[in-house]
Amino acid sequence: MSSKDVRILAIESSCDETAAAVVVNGRQVLSNVISTQIPLHTLYGGVVPEIASRKHIERINQVIREALEQADTTLDDLDAIGVTYGPGLVGALLVGVSEAKAISFAKDIPLVGVHHIEGHICANYIEDTSLEPPFLCLVVSGGHTHLVNVKDYGVYEILGRTRDDAAGEAFDKVARAIGLGYPGGPKIEQKAKEGNPHAISFPVAKVADSPFDFSFSGLKSAVLNYMNGVQMKGGSVNEADIAASFQQAVIDALVGHAMHAIDVYGATKFAIAGGVASNGTLRAAMQEACQQKGVAFYHPSPILCTDNAAMIGCAAYYEYLRGRRDGMALNAVPNLALGQRVDF
Amino acid sequence: MKILGIDSSGLVASVAVVEDDVLIGEYTTNYKKTHSQTLLPMLEELKQMIDLDLATIDAIAVAGGPGSFTGLRIGSATAKGLGLALNKPIVSVPTVEALAYNLWGCEGDVCVLMDARRNQVYTGIYRFAHGKMETVTPQCAVDLMEIIAQVNEHGRPVTFLGDGVPVFAEQLAQHCRVAYDFAPAHMNRQRAASLCALAELYYQEGRIQSADEHRPDYLRLSQAERERLERERMAQASE
Repeated sequence: MSSKDVRILAIESSCDETAAAVVVNGRQVLSNVISTQIPLHTLYGGVVPEIASRKHIERINQVIREALEQADTTLDDLDAIGVTYGPGLVGALLVGVSEAKAISFAKDIPLVGVHHIEGHICANYIEDTSLEPPFLCLVVSGGHTHLVNVKDYGVYEILGRTRDDAAGEAFDKVARAIGLGYPGGPKIEQKAKEGNPHAISFPVAKVADSPFDFSFSGLKSAVLNYMNGVQMKGGSVNEADIAASFQQAVIDALVGHAMHAIDVYGATKFAIAGGVASNGTLRAAMQEACQQKGVAFYHPSPILCTDNAAMIGCAAYYEYLRGRRDGMALNAVPNLALGQRVDF
Repeated sequence: MKILGIDSSGLVASVAVVEDDVLIGEYTTNYKKTHSQTLLPMLEELKQMIDLDLATIDAIAVAGGPGSFTGLRIGSATAKGLGLALNKPIVSVPTVEALAYNLWGCEGDVCVLMDARRNQVYTGIYRFAHGKMETVTPQCAVDLMEIIAQVNEHGRPVTFLGDGVPVFAEQLAQHCRVAYDFAPAHMNRQRAASLCALAELYYQEGRIQSADEHRPDYLRLSQAERERLERERMAQASE
């Protein structure tokens, strides 16, 4: 490692994973520690913000310590601390932000606030170290569905977004409806393998005047209506067919919008990111569609799709190079918009 | 011994540094900004003003709860981050005890009333004798009427303090049957100096935690947990 290397400790606590990582020059991951709370929230059928916040405070020091140890790094070796300050659950974000500020203050280490979704996009830089902007990226997770034009490092243009439910949210709701439980994404994907994706035609609404926007709430209602209809007639629903057909409808919408954007913007590179990007069926469909257009397709491995701090370390590195430094007034911004920069 | 104290358990944000029996610096605000925007900027300013070398601190004292859940966590995460970075232990001082310690030497009883919503208070009753604070009722979350009943039962004059005082003044006037008064502005809310002074005693008694193990004591489950337990209780009862 040369003396010009930039070594960053990154902290992420925006939802239900407490995570810390040490990343060198944005792309070399020395450690990536994740403490997940999913089993705890399964009891409630979804993430409970207050419980998530309480868990973060119980785990955060251990997670940071482990990330430093695995990376054979001490706080004195660090050039910066990166931390997610939005978007996310405010109580959860505040744990990471307060912890990061205190360490930054105590050791006089520069602090860099990071946008969570930009982190997800940056996971692709870690996965494929040759990837450089510009490219188009589809971010799909439990809380977000964004089609983004990544113009440069740290420069984002949102082409489309969901008008209602996020893609992952639709998976969770449909999973609950057919009795698969939480988290819905992996459960639906598993169930769908036993079903016929073309058994039932579920419509995905188009958003008038916004060719790249999504709407998934109608799809969720269509699934519920279908189930009611079958049950009213005294029939029994085939959960596997519902899961497969629902998943296919979501994938058709995501792939359709993505390919349209590739055509309109003449993109040669396309990436996916976020928790739903670890869905194998979606990846395969996106891969095939990109291949047909001769567009290079990028996707992070599952560990980088889930909420993690390595991706935050990568995003922090490029923000660090762009000169962002945060002071002790850095606050959590639960509704931080993609590409938005808030100075405190 | 040098102790750095932080309290963000209520609307007040307060930081202080106490060395033995000297208060070197204290910074307290009760303003509309969030603790995330006040606590560390205040600490930064205090550090600069008193040329504080953080390495010389023996322990970090923090209001350990009860209080606003988010406020407690901002304080705790700050203390845990400082503890991790400086390799110092944490003294988690019960919020209600630290508040009562504001009134050291008070002749009558001291009763803390923090507004806990749903007509409840985070409260406790304390008494000073021979230069020491004795606990009459340890901190707890109870209905206001329950603590008033205890105060009446003791039959001693009492001084109330805390952010519950303005909220419940009318009910106190109606139901309190002993002589009582309210602490004045300079001692009726959280102050990190009191927290530090009490933390010194706890530190000497060995009541310290590692930064890793520290977590707030909320005195209450989250709403989701309460409702889940209630559902389970109902289900069991109907069986």
